[in-house]
Parts: sequence; structure tokens; C-alpha cells
Amino acid sequence: MTGLSGKAAIVGIGATEFSKESGRSELQLSVEAVQHALVDCGLTAADVDGLTTFTMDTSSEIAVARELGIKELRFFSRINYGGGAACATVQQAAMAIATGVADVVVCYRGFNERSESRFGQFSLAAATQVNTNGLDNAWTYPMGLGTPAATVAMQARRYMHEYGATSADFGAVAVADRRHAATNPEAFFYGKPITIEDHQASRMIADPLHLLDCCQESDGAVALVVVSAERARDLAQAPAYVAAAAQGSGADQFVMTSYYRDDIGIPEMGVVGRELWRQSGLRPDDMPMAILYDHFTPYVLMQLEELGFCGRGEAPGFVADGAIEIGGRLPLNTHGGQLGEAYIHGMNGIAEGVRQIRGTSVNPVPDAAHVLVTAGTGVPTSGLILSA
Amino acid sequence: MSVRPMIGRDSRFFWDGTAVGELRVQSCNACGELRFPPGPACPDCGALDRGHVVSAGVGTVFSYVIHRHPPVPGKVLPIVLALIDLDEGVRMVGEVTDVHPDEIAIGQRLQVDFHRVDDDLTLPIWRPAPQELAQEPAQEETA
Repeated sequence: MTGLSGKAAIVGIGATEFSKESGRSELQLSVEAVQHALVDCGLTAADVDGLTTFTMDTSSEIAVARELGIKELRFFSRINYGGGAACATVQQAAMAIATGVADVVVCYRGFNERSESRFGQFSLAAATQVNTNGLDNAWTYPMGLGTPAATVAMQARRYMHEYGATSADFGAVAVADRRHAATNPEAFFYGKPITIEDHQASRMIADPLHLLDCCQESDGAVALVVVSAERARDLAQAPAYVAAAAQGSGADQFVMTSYYRDDIGIPEMGVVGRELWRQSGLRPDDMPMAILYDHFTPYVLMQLEELGFCGRGEAPGFVADGAIEIGGRLPLNTHGGQLGEAYIHGMNGIAEGVRQIRGTSVNPVPDAAHVLVTAGTGVPTSGLILSA
Repeated sequence: MSVRPMIGRDSRFFWDGTAVGELRVQSCNACGELRFPPGPACPDCGALDRGHVVSAGVGTVFSYVIHRHPPVPGKVLPIVLALIDLDEGVRMVGEVTDVHPDEIAIGQRLQVDFHRVDDDLTLPIWRPAPQELAQEPAQEETA
């Protein structure tokens, strides 16, 4: 264990309901989630001196602070690159706490991503943003490549070509997620498992991706309270210690279209993985389960390879025969993932990691002493190892 | 309505090229390295001395997508989108026309054409290459 490892812990988790139309503002959703997270651990808004979120979030740290009645903030920050920010918000909090810059940092993310701005649609805003990301998008959007599904499909097709993976291999992820969601009352797809036949029969969105390879669009918010390891021991819940927290960007990196390097997979997740193992001193074999970001199923297979759970091109065999379902050798996304529970930009996956450490998940993995959690894939990203 | 590219000082030469029927690829005036997408510096040698070459406009499909949903501004779906390895050694995204979605394949040879959207925008567009360009050029040996 080095540096940051074990210095901070997630002690509170909170969320709104996950829906297709929240009926209230994105700011209100985030405020509600933070309130729930503070109640969860027995702290109050008066204890909070740091807030961190995604660059993409529409609710600023100062707006959230105003609504919560937080008088002074000593630390506030944002992380870029869409869902790649999720675990990095916890890294920001842990670093601020480990260095004494702040004592109680809340990470939040809230949006009406189904009832207002739908991320699954072609985004003119992404194509016209006045910065280098907008300039980068000039090489794809005007040509017609401008939805998340299509950008991922380009990598998925190449992966199939190189390693012989099939659509049904991708479908194994969807089946596992939906099985886990089926027993999670908080999941949008509670009580609605699918079969591989359902996956194969779902309509093509961006060939080779079927509809059931794509995550939901959701309204909702999640918040996480982070404090020092010492303070965590005095609070209401069993701490989920941050054993490792890492960010990663690869060679010739673009936001979602890192197509110009030899390997058009997700080497940035390899950067994250190597750093997680280095910080924690743990290895893939030490992980009884994982929460792998699943906005699109092919990336779950690629992540298993980048993180070292199996060799390059071996993920199709790894996920076969229920291996990533409860009772299998590496259960994934036990809350149902973003395909099954909700798409809250990866923050709901971190909350599930905390529940597994606490032993309060609806789909508990026995002896889950460590949980690996990853953030958005195909983008500059981040990851965590949480430990009991 | 078609999606407009954001154009800056570092990329204008490319769009000036499509307007006159040239597929321009950045080349470093100091070391000769080709690069796509373009930028102000040469990541290979660090020189801030951008030039360009005009590509022969022939390449090979590295990967592809058949986009069916949701709608894309200015396009009638489905559309075929490909990652194309140009014979000069750089890779770019393009729409492939005159190809049936069932017939696009990795390794297929394509040739560029130019689609004049209006006075301000001309997009490169790709079609199956004629027979005489069907052979991929021999790869240079790399150490």
C-alpha cells in the first residue's frame, strides 16, 4: 500500500429514485441525493467543506452548497470527460482529505438525462463546443458519426474482427446485468430479466450493437460522502476504505474517438488498472467481484482484459456460462449496472460497491472484502478499489 | 441540415482542401511525419512547422458501423461509417456511399470523393475503389 491507499473512506451514500421523468430540476435531484448521503452517515451539511462533481454536471458546487445551507467551502473541483469522471470524483475527495485540504467532501452527480438532455441522441452541442473537444469532433460528427452507440460500435466491430468475438458474447453482459437488476427494487428493470435470445432479437441500433447492448437513459442523482479513515470509524456505517483511486489517459487520446492509434481498444483503462494494483498492492485474483462501467456491453469485455482479469481477446470465454453472474467466479454489476439499474454516469456503481463492502447489497457477494469499480469507458477515465 | 465542423487555425487547411477537391494530410516540414487529425505541433519531433501533402485518396476499411438509430442531422438512415487507413499511413472516419450495408467489410478498398453540401462546406465521402486500386500497397518493413 502506498500514498493515497487507505487514507480516506466512503462513509455515506445517497440517491434519488431512478426514473424516466423525475419531475424536478437537476439541481434538486443532486441536493436530495446529498441530503440522503449525509443522513446515511450521520453527518450534516454543516460538516461539509468540500464538493466535487463532473465538468458535465449542470449544478455547480456553489449552487448545491447554497441549497444545502453550507456556509463555506474549502475545496471544490470538477472532472472532465463524461462518465470517465465518476471514480475520479472520489479520488479528488480522497486526495483533498489525505492532504488536509478538506475534512468532509461530498461527490455528486444529478441529471434529467432521459426527460431533458438525452445522451443517446446525436449531440449538436458536442459538435459545436468552442474548445479542443469541439475541434476534435470535427473529424467525426459532420461525417455522421455522433452518437455514443455508433462511436463504440466502431471499436466493437474491430474487436470482433481481431478476436472472433460475437454479438452473443456482448449479450452475456446484458443478461448478467438484467438478472441482477431483476432482484433490485431500486432498478428500473426490477423484475424484468432477459435471455440471450431477447438480446439477439432486439433491434440493431449501430451495427454491431443491438438495443440491449446499450444502457438506459435515466433521471436521477447519486451522492457519496468521503472522510478520513480515522473519522470514518466513528460514523454510522461500516467504512468503505479507498484502497486505490486512479485516473488514466492513453497515447493519442480523444474523448470518445481514440481511433488514430494502433490499438483502438481502451488502453486508458489499462493505465487505470496498473495504478490501482500498484496503489493497493492487490491483484485481479484478490477481487471477488467488480463493478465495470457498462454503458455499452463490448467495453465490459475489453475492461476485463485491460484490468488483467484475462488475456487480450480472452474475455468472450471469460464471460461465458454465467461467470459474471451471482454465483459465478467474478460477479459483475450486482446492482444491475447501467443497463439494468440506471445510468447515473457510473456513480450508482460506486454506491453499489459501498453496499457490497457493508454487506447490504440486494445481491450480496460472500466475503466481498474488496470491490473494483470503474468509470466511463472509451474516454479518459478512472477507477477505485474499495476495501472493508 | 448538415452538422458543421468546428474549424480552427490548426485545421482550416483541411477544409480549404476539401473545397477544391483535395484530401489534405498534415505533414511536418521539419521531419516529414504525416499526421491526422491535425494539430499545431509535430508529436514526433516537436516542430511547430505544419505543412501538408495531398493524399491520393485511397484507403482500406479498418472498421465500420452501420448506423440505424437514432436520427442523424442531414442524413437518411441507415448510413455506413468507416475508419479508413489511407495508403499514406494515416487513419480517418468517413461516410461510405454506394455500398449496401450487407456488403461493407473490413479490408475493403475505398476511394475518396467530395460531397459539396453548400458554399461553405464540402465533406469527403468514400466509395468502393475501382478494380485497379483493389490491391493494398505493400507495407514498409518496420524495425
